[in-house]
Amino acid sequence: MGATIPEAAAWAILFSPLASFLFIALVVRPFLNRRYARLAGYVTVLAVGAALALSLWAAASTLRQGGPVGFAPHRWLTLGELEFRVGVLLDPLTAVMLVVVTGVSLMVQVYSQGYMRGDPGYARYFAFMSLFTASMVGIVLARSILQLYVFWELVGLCSYLLIGFWGDRPAAAAAAKKAFLVTRLGDVGFLLAILYLFSQRAVFLERGLNPLEIPDIHEVAALAKAGAVGGLAITWLALGIFAGAAGKSAQFPLHTWLPDAMEGPTPVSALIHAATMVAAGVFLVARLYPVFEASQDALVVVALVGGFTALFAATMGLVMDDIKRVMAYSTVSQLGYMMLALGIGAPRLAIFHLGMHAFFKALLFLGAGSVNHATGTFDLRSMGGLRRRMPWTYGTFLVAALSLAGVFPLAGFWSKDVILGAAWSSGEPVAPWVFWMVMVTVALTAFYIFRVFFMAFHGASRGSQAEASHGAGGHGGGPHESPAVMVLPMVALAVPAVAAGYVANPLSALGPVGAHWLNEFMASLGGEVAEPDVALAIASQVAALTGIAVAALLYQARARWLAPMGRGLAPLGRLLSRRYYLDELYEGITVGRLFYRGMARFTDWVDREVVDRTVDGIGWLGRNLGRSLLPLQNGQVQVYGVVISFGVLAIVGAYLLLR
Amino acid sequence: MTLERWLVLSAVLFTIGLYGALTKRHAVAVLMAIEIMFGAVNIAALAMSRYVVPFALRANAADVEGVASLVLTGQVFAVFIITIAAAEVALGLALVIAIYRSRETVDVTRVNLMKR
Repeated sequence: MGATIPEAAAWAILFSPLASFLFIALVVRPFLNRRYARLAGYVTVLAVGAALALSLWAAASTLRQGGPVGFAPHRWLTLGELEFRVGVLLDPLTAVMLVVVTGVSLMVQVYSQGYMRGDPGYARYFAFMSLFTASMVGIVLARSILQLYVFWELVGLCSYLLIGFWGDRPAAAAAAKKAFLVTRLGDVGFLLAILYLFSQRAVFLERGLNPLEIPDIHEVAALAKAGAVGGLAITWLALGIFAGAAGKSAQFPLHTWLPDAMEGPTPVSALIHAATMVAAGVFLVARLYPVFEASQDALVVVALVGGFTALFAATMGLVMDDIKRVMAYSTVSQLGYMMLALGIGAPRLAIFHLGMHAFFKALLFLGAGSVNHATGTFDLRSMGGLRRRMPWTYGTFLVAALSLAGVFPLAGFWSKDVILGAAWSSGEPVAPWVFWMVMVTVALTAFYIFRVFFMAFHGASRGSQAEASHGAGGHGGGPHESPAVMVLPMVALAVPAVAAGYVANPLSALGPVGAHWLNEFMASLGGEVAEPDVALAIASQVAALTGIAVAALLYQARARWLAPMGRGLAPLGRLLSRRYYLDELYEGITVGRLFYRGMARFTDWVDREVVDRTVDGIGWLGRNLGRSLLPLQNGQVQVYGVVISFGVLAIVGAYLLLR
Repeated sequence: MTLERWLVLSAVLFTIGLYGALTKRHAVAVLMAIEIMFGAVNIAALAMSRYVVPFALRANAADVEGVASLVLTGQVFAVFIITIAAAEVALGLALVIAIYRSRETVDVTRVNLMKR
C-alpha cells in the first residue's frame, strides 16, 4: 500500500461488487442455487472485502497526496460541442465515504450469512446486496453528474428490490413501491437540476469547462458566488439537487418511505440506513456543496429542513412500538442533523456525522436483527429481559445506543457535538432556531433509544408469543444469542462506534493522529469548523442524560408517580404514534382525494367525455351518414337511373359553368 | 331546318324517353321509352353528319378520304344503333318474360333484387 492507487484499482472498488452481482445473478442463481447457494454469500463477502481493502488504499493515497488524486476522465460520447465523460473523482470526501460504505457493507454482508441462512432467496439476496453496494460506490466515485445520476437511480432500484425482498407479503410490496415512488418524487428535482445545467452549457463551454463534470460545476459555482457568472439560477439549481437529496435522505416532506422500508430484511435496513441509500442524499449535497455555498437561500432551506426533520422525526420515534421503526425515525432524525450541518455551512461535520452514524446505526440495526432472530418479533411490547440471554447483543446495543445518544466519549458525541457547536457559533440567521431544535432532539434521541433499550433488554420477559414462534423454529429453549457470524460483525462495528470519533480529534493530537485530523483531511470540502465549546458539550450531555434518565424511570423503574402525566400526554402520544397523520395526509388527501378524486377523476372525465366521445362521434358519424343514404339503395333501377341522370346533369352543368 | 332544330328535337325526344324509362312501372313501357331515346340519339347522329361535315369539307377540300369517312361516320352509327336496338329489344323482352315467369309481375318497382 505504499504506492498511490492506480486508476484501475479505483475502478475495481466499483467493479468488484458489481462482478459479484453478475457472478451470482448469472452463475450461482441459475446453476448452483439448489446445493451451493451459500456460495453467493461467500462471493459477496469476498468482493466487498476486496472493495474495502482497495478503499483503504484509496484513502491512504488521498491522505498522502493531501488532496484529490487526479485521474483523467474518459470520453463516453460527444454531443455537439459537449463531451460526456466518465471518470473517477477521488478526493478526501470520496475516500471517507468509500471506507464507510464498504466497511459497513462488509459487516452487513458477514452478518447476513447468519441472518439470511436458509432463506429460499438466499442467492438473490446477495446478488441485490452486491449491486446495492456497487451502486453506492458508483455514486461516491462518480466524476460526472450524469454518471452519478445513473448510480443514484440504481441505488433507488436496489432499495426497491431489497425492501420488497419478501414481496409475497403485501406490506413489503407496498413499502417497496412507496420507497420507490417517494424517492422518485425528489429525483425529479435532481433531474431538472441536471437538465438545467445542460441547458446552461454555454456558460461552461465559453470557459472551457464541462457542465456535467463535478469539478467544473464547482468552479462555475464559485464564479457565480463571486458574481462573475450571470444567468445561472443557482438557487433553483441548488434546490433541485436538494430535492433529490431530500428524497433519498428521507428529509421532512419526503420522509414517509423510510419507516415503511422496515419491511425488508433487517440487514438491508442496516445497509440502507447506515451506508448506502440515505447517505447518498447527504453525500450529494456535500459533493455539490459549492453550488449551495453560492446560494444563501438554498443553504437556509437545507438548514431549516434538516433541523426540522431532526426534531420532527425524533418525536415520532418516541412512541413507536416496532423496534425497527424507532430506528427508522432515528435515522431520519440523524439525517436531519447532517442536512442541518450542511445548511449552516459545515459540510465536513455533516460527513463526519454521516460516518459516525453509519457505524452506530448499522450496529443498532444488526442488534435489532439479532433480537428478531432470537425472538421472532420486532414488537417491543413482547420483548424484555433479553439481557441475560443475549449478552453480546446487549453489550453492543448499549454501546451503539450511548453513541447515538451522544454520550461522552463515544463516536456519536464528537460528531453530534461539533454540529451543535457549529449551529451555536454560526452567524447564519437561522442558526439559533435550528440550534434549539437539535438541542431538544438530543434529549429526545437519548430518550427513545433508551426506551427501546430498556423495553427490549431489561425487565421481565413478555415474550410468550416470541418463544412459541421460536420454539416452532426447532431451536427450543427460548431466545438465545445469535450465531458467531452475526455477533462478530456487531463487535467489529462496536469498535468504531466507540472510537471512531477520535479521528476528528477535536481537542488535541492523539498519537499519530493530529488535532482536527479529519477536518484537515476534508479541508477541500470548504465551510468552517468551530472550535469545540466545553459549556456546550456539558449542556448536550445534560440533555442526553436527562433523556436516558427519563427513559429509565419510565421503562426500567416503572415509576408510578409518572403515570398521571403519561395519561395527560396520551393525546399527544396518539398524534405521534399516528405519525402526525402525515401518511393519512399523503395517502388519504394527497393521493386519495387530490389525486384519485381530483386529478384522476378529471382525467377520467376527459377520457370518457372528450376522448371517448370524439372517437365514438366519428364512428357514429360514419354509421349514421351511411344510414341517411341507406334509403337510396332500394334496389329500384329507376331510382338509380334518376340519380345517375341528375348526376350527369350536374357534372355537365358544372363543366359548362366552370369551363 | 337548321342543325339546332334537329338537335332540339333530339333532346326533347331523349328527355321524353328518359322520363318514360325512369317513371313507367311496366317493363315493356320502359323498353319502349328506351327505344325513343335510341331514336333521339339517331336523330342527333344523322343531323351531325348532315350539317357538320360540309363545314369540314369547305375548310379542308383536299383531304377527300378523311371527309368521306366523316360523312359516313354518323350514318354508320345510326345503322349500328338500329341494329343494337333491335337486339336489345329482343333481349329485353326475353328478360321481361323471364321475370314474369319467376315473379308473376312485370312491375319494375317490385323487382328490387339489386337491393341485396
